[in-house]
Amino acid sequence: MADEVFDLRLYVAGQTPNAVRAFANLRKICDEHLAGRYRIEVIDLLEDPQLGRGDQILALPTLVRRLPEPIKKIIGDLSNTERVLVGLDLRPRQKGPHD
Amino acid sequence: MNDVRPTLRKARTGIPGLDEITLGGLPAGRPTLVCGGPGSGKTLIGISFLVNGAVLFDEPGVLMSFEENAQELAQDVASLGFDLAGLIEKKRLVVDYVHIDRSEIAETGEYDLEGLFVRIEHAVKTVGAKRVLLDTIDSLFAGLPNETILRAELRRLFRWLRDRNLTVVITGEMGETTLTRHGLEEYVTDAVIQLDHRVLNQISTRRLRVVKYRGSYHGTNEYPFLVDEDGVSVLPLTSLALQHEAPAERVSSGLERLDEMLGAQGYYRGSTVLVSGTAGTGKTTLAAHFADAACKRGERCLYFLTEESPQQMLRNMRSAGLDLKRWVDGGQLQFHADRPSRYGLETHLVMMHRAVEQIRPDVVVFDPMTNLLTIGTPMDVRAMLTRMIDFLKMRNVTAVFTGLTSAGSDLETTETMISSLMDVWVLTSLEEFERRRRRWMYVLKSRGMAHSDEMREFRITSGGIDILPPHTAEGGGR
Repeated sequence: MADEVFDLRLYVAGQTPNAVRAFANLRKICDEHLAGRYRIEVIDLLEDPQLGRGDQILALPTLVRRLPEPIKKIIGDLSNTERVLVGLDLRPRQKGPHD
Repeated sequence: MNDVRPTLRKARTGIPGLDEITLGGLPAGRPTLVCGGPGSGKTLIGISFLVNGAVLFDEPGVLMSFEENAQELAQDVASLGFDLAGLIEKKRLVVDYVHIDRSEIAETGEYDLEGLFVRIEHAVKTVGAKRVLLDTIDSLFAGLPNETILRAELRRLFRWLRDRNLTVVITGEMGETTLTRHGLEEYVTDAVIQLDHRVLNQISTRRLRVVKYRGSYHGTNEYPFLVDEDGVSVLPLTSLALQHEAPAERVSSGLERLDEMLGAQGYYRGSTVLVSGTAGTGKTTLAAHFADAACKRGERCLYFLTEESPQQMLRNMRSAGLDLKRWVDGGQLQFHADRPSRYGLETHLVMMHRAVEQIRPDVVVFDPMTNLLTIGTPMDVRAMLTRMIDFLKMRNVTAVFTGLTSAGSDLETTETMISSLMDVWVLTSLEEFERRRRRWMYVLKSRGMAHSDEMREFRITSGGIDILPPHTAEGGGR
């Protein structure tokens, strides 16, 4: 997994505060954890509304990990770095105190 | 009268009956909530609204399906005669299948449902849609983790839909103590329709009720509705007013001497006639004369049989000199034979309505009407007949109902409930006299005309019913 390229798509609809925050958070996380092996494509549904159907987008922003498979979706402004890392399978789920 | 109330614009559903109950359809440019339990017909009503909009009213539609994908939907409604694929191809309809799987979604931080808005807007623009169906939005509650955001977004969605002047149907699952499980009625305040599917005495009936319709009158009863290969139809149980015309035109009973007894001219067109009597008095033959005469005049007759098969009835009438088969062959006479016990009263009513609408008869015979009493209480049967008669009168259809009186029962009590609905009541009876059974008929009542008060003897001969002249009847001379 260490050398796999992450193909990420960030769906937004215009430059909303959530969208701007999500993009900044995503860049930061990727630079810290996936340096040199990630690709981010930002899709603005205001420009390409027909693309919302393909990835079943409802909530915005939505981050879709297209590669590596399986597809993962993370909704929200990605402000919780830990949860984003878990969602992207970059970190195992936190173990509880009793595990 | 000066009516200064602003008239609410309405979008016709094209569903027979529903547009009558709502006095013109759903509120145009606003959302309507259709709620009910699983299998109550919510989706079918919603899709009928969309398809009829696209096909009949030049209002293209968008279906946002949260539960079934396009293939599943197309299969479900193909049995109703809807061609979704064809409409999609002709750009009259967009189906967008909205799928959310909570297990593959993680949530981190703030979000909204703008993606759904964008998809709806895109679909609406693609076909120039005027109508939208959201089916069933409850799935969002299962799919999205944050209910607070979801509720705020739903509120925004309905405002957004109204701002765009879209006529929207939202379907919602029935709740245990509330109209819908997730309280959708909180967001949709314009119109709410509730569906119900219940099984009583092993007979299933679907019912529909307009719970709320802001700014408009509407029928408030529970109305039965039917889903079959012709789609959905709702049956207005009672017409909202007694406003049918009362034509002065007369139609023959089929028997010259009976016409004479009825002010020399027969029944009024559009009137309702009860022919009652005990078994074997010749009620069916009398009704058959009426049907035969209508066909001879070039009119169309719809003949409901609840006991005999059409073949049996045709054979019996042939022996009484009435060749009805030629009218069947010519398409003027159509039979509709069904045992009452096959369905509930309301389903019968809906089916009769539909047959009348399709065949558009000038006269109708219902033989014997009393068989309906086997599937409902006299009160229910009376209520059903009231609706049927209203409906026939609105269409100016003359109707003959035959009624079997069981021997020994008090005629007045068993039939009073029903006879009061009738304009004309002809009684037939048998009497034993000198080892011969003699048949008698008399006109017990006939509204709006001077009618005979004589008991007249009649015979059923190989040439049909022969009513004897008053003076020659044995013992009847003056």
